[in-house]
Amino acid sequence: MVHAREAVRLKREWCRPVDIIDRRPNPHGKNIENRRRVLERARGAVQKAVRDSVARGKIREIGQGNAVSVPSDALHEPTFHRIFTEGTREIVLTGNREFSRGDRLQRPPSTGGPGNGGGPGQGGEKGGAEDSFRFVLSRDEFLDLFFDDLELPDLIKREISTTENSVPSRSGLSNEGAPSHLDLGRTMRRSVARRIGLGRPKPDDLREIDERIAELEARRPLDAEEIEELERQRERRSMIRQRMARIPWVDPVDLRFRRYTMTPQPSTRAVMFCIMDVSGSMTERMKDLAKQFFLLLHVFLERRYKKVDIVFIRHAESAEEVDEETFFHDPRTGGTIVSSALELMRGIQRERYPSGSWNIYVAQASDGDNASSDTQRTASLLQDDILPVVQYYAYIEVSGSGAVIRGETDLWRSYRTIAEQNGHLAIRQVGDRKEIFPVFRDLFSRQHDHAEA
Amino acid sequence: MDQIVPGGASATPGGLLYSGNDWNFQIIRNCYDAIQEIADKELGLEIYANRIEIITSEQMLDVYTSHGMPLGYKHWSFGKRFIGHESAYRRGLMGLAYEVVINSDPCISYLMEENSATMQALVIAHAAFGHNHFFRNNRLFREWTDPSQILDYLEFARGFIARCEERHGQRAVERILDAAHALQNQGVHRHSGARKLDLKAEQQRARARREYEDSMFNDLWRTLPSDVAGEKDGLQDSATRRRLGLPEENLLYFLEKNAPRLAPWEREIIRIVRMVAQYFYPQPQVKMMNEGCATWVHAYIMRRLHELGRIDDAAYLEVIHSTSNVINQPGFEAGGGPSFNPYALGHAMMTDIARICVEPSDEDRRWFPDIAGNGDPVGTLRHAWAEYRDESFIQQFLSPKVIRDFRMFRLRDDTTQPYLLVDAIHDEAGYRDIRRSVALTYDPGTFYTEIEIVDVDLLGDRTLVLEHRSRKGQMLQPSDARQTLDYLVTLWGYGVVLKEIDSQTGEVVTTHAVNPPG
Repeated sequence: MVHAREAVRLKREWCRPVDIIDRRPNPHGKNIENRRRVLERARGAVQKAVRDSVARGKIREIGQGNAVSVPSDALHEPTFHRIFTEGTREIVLTGNREFSRGDRLQRPPSTGGPGNGGGPGQGGEKGGAEDSFRFVLSRDEFLDLFFDDLELPDLIKREISTTENSVPSRSGLSNEGAPSHLDLGRTMRRSVARRIGLGRPKPDDLREIDERIAELEARRPLDAEEIEELERQRERRSMIRQRMARIPWVDPVDLRFRRYTMTPQPSTRAVMFCIMDVSGSMTERMKDLAKQFFLLLHVFLERRYKKVDIVFIRHAESAEEVDEETFFHDPRTGGTIVSSALELMRGIQRERYPSGSWNIYVAQASDGDNASSDTQRTASLLQDDILPVVQYYAYIEVSGSGAVIRGETDLWRSYRTIAEQNGHLAIRQVGDRKEIFPVFRDLFSRQHDHAEA
Repeated sequence: MDQIVPGGASATPGGLLYSGNDWNFQIIRNCYDAIQEIADKELGLEIYANRIEIITSEQMLDVYTSHGMPLGYKHWSFGKRFIGHESAYRRGLMGLAYEVVINSDPCISYLMEENSATMQALVIAHAAFGHNHFFRNNRLFREWTDPSQILDYLEFARGFIARCEERHGQRAVERILDAAHALQNQGVHRHSGARKLDLKAEQQRARARREYEDSMFNDLWRTLPSDVAGEKDGLQDSATRRRLGLPEENLLYFLEKNAPRLAPWEREIIRIVRMVAQYFYPQPQVKMMNEGCATWVHAYIMRRLHELGRIDDAAYLEVIHSTSNVINQPGFEAGGGPSFNPYALGHAMMTDIARICVEPSDEDRRWFPDIAGNGDPVGTLRHAWAEYRDESFIQQFLSPKVIRDFRMFRLRDDTTQPYLLVDAIHDEAGYRDIRRSVALTYDPGTFYTEIEIVDVDLLGDRTLVLEHRSRKGQMLQPSDARQTLDYLVTLWGYGVVLKEIDSQTGEVVTTHAVNPPG
């Protein structure tokens, strides 16, 4: 139990010892598990609070100070306790300056007089007075709750199948391979074992014999016994040399190489194309709606991928790539040719974001207005060129408050036809800020599959 | 370990213990020695062995959550408390206490690393000596708690609950814990006399007892026709009730022993909650005295350290500053509610008792003939700390001077009247009324809600009948009562009826009935 201890023990006859322990290095965060359990218990309520805070248009601050308040009944701990409702009671207060016996005081406006309980320290907190409970969530917790049960469609399947990236990874040993992959340790271990097993003489043995022979040779003349020993030694030496030549130090059977296999690596990069119609028919309010959607998608992708690039493409009669500021704030007017944007997007994608190593997402926002001659071309671009390379294509159509479109726009109709055959094209209509999140959820909810069925 | 002869070298004043704000372990140790010298020689405090632990503010938040206990089992309600403290602390609504001390043997005091050297010394005097002495000597703690075992028992509890979670799932364990927590205020023995818990034997016997009980057939629920046959009358009824120990005020105890549908491990969890609740049971009843004792002790010791030249003037000013912060009692206009700051009232009363012993006024001689001028303030205080609880202490010792100093007054709140009546103020006619009323707010009967199990319908649908006796207009908060009853049903497994009875007229005011779902 005691980890770091800088303990000082004193013992005296007439006193008891004291331990002084430095607990600061002990593990902190004993309550992390308990905290997690609270979140789990109040999950529904916290989630609702998180989504409310996003729906209130605070999406820009996502990930900053994420304090949410949940109604405390989600975490209420009921007990049996009395409340004072009627009758008489006596309350002793301090700090009397002007009252004398018999004075009558106005009843304070709060119901039930000063304090509800009467017991010490149990005043306000007990009588159901706790109305909300405040959490500070980390960015991860916040986003987790926010995006809980949302899933990018076919994430894994498409990732693996479309990426061509592969990286070598260790997978055991082999007895052949490039010299640079030689596992020296294992090879030598096997070599030692083999040498011992086959009884290869040690170099030291040879050296000893060499020395002995040299010594004898240097000491001529020799007596018979010594000559005999010299012969014996020479014989042994040639045997040892033979044996050493026959049993090599390192044999090919000893060699072990590290083996690598190439495993496909899911790409951790994503690019998100934001395409927006900025023609005269798009009002600021509509752009704002579109922006909400883009932001949501961005935050969502950011959580999934290590690196998320964003490309902003705006279009009216012609399309151009712009920076974020211009994209959202620079007004333009003119007619609408959607295909110009799709062409540009396809061009940029081919040039900078090869589909092998990037996950490609497209979000398009428009009021559905398009030059009637262009719709056909847009549809074929989408179907033949774009949809095959993207992970997901989301189209939202914002309908203006003034010009509610009862029926369907041309663009919507043609997209719908394509969407019926392509699961990863999703189209939705949005009329109001409040609807953005539901639509987003709808697009990315886990049960996406039956939406396309 | 060196032996130092009492009264030897260490007893001579050794100059300043430290200067400035920074502390190190040697300073803490020296301070401890100097404080101990005074505590021992001048105050004669008897303490459990001390253990002083230095922790960070973050760890302090953890300590808060578990009532100062260094370990506890896992439950979301602790997380809730933790988040509450944490968020209040982060927003600056709440400062952290400089110390937390727990009633265990050895007595553990937590000191925050952010404290200055002076604060560390003050906290040692306050917690490691003041509270420690109180824990060891006060009758309530002596009778109800077993401080040498609590840490081991908590360790056992945590392990047991963790194992249950492994075996039966977190949800199943939480179901029992939630319910038991809701009833924990009704899970203590209040009146059955001195029944000190032997927590060690408790955990050793736990398993064996469970196994034994498992092997026993619980005769209670056998409803064979032959038993019922002819005589379903009051006689047999009262015999059964006696067998069940009815009426029973300890709901958790009754459930643990008699609830028909609980698995043995579930009973053990209820028991754990019950044991812990029982352990904390004395604390609120002596909170004011406990804080008063500790504050008075630290104020005394720090003053003596200053007089002996062991701390400098700057340090002593810091002591005065922080003590007066702690003992501040805001008046009613400044938001001081009907409950007193326990430090303020406690310290004022302790100081006053010491004064009465030494320099009594005529008034004191009239009010406190036993102690006025007895010349033994420390002995008198030690006696009071040992033998009283808040309610009786106030009844006995709240003096007119303290009532005047606090400028107390009493309001009579009669809901039939449109106004509040001031019916006593700090004058000769009001002292006794005020004293009685203050004592009453510290009466456990006031702040614990007592609910009894009075009957169980053994022959019918096993409905449990409870009674809450109170005064009209002071009934249970209905929605909470209902939710708590739901938890009771969870444990009991059958229907529960709670009758709220006006104890004066015997009339049933409200009845809450909850049936098990499905």
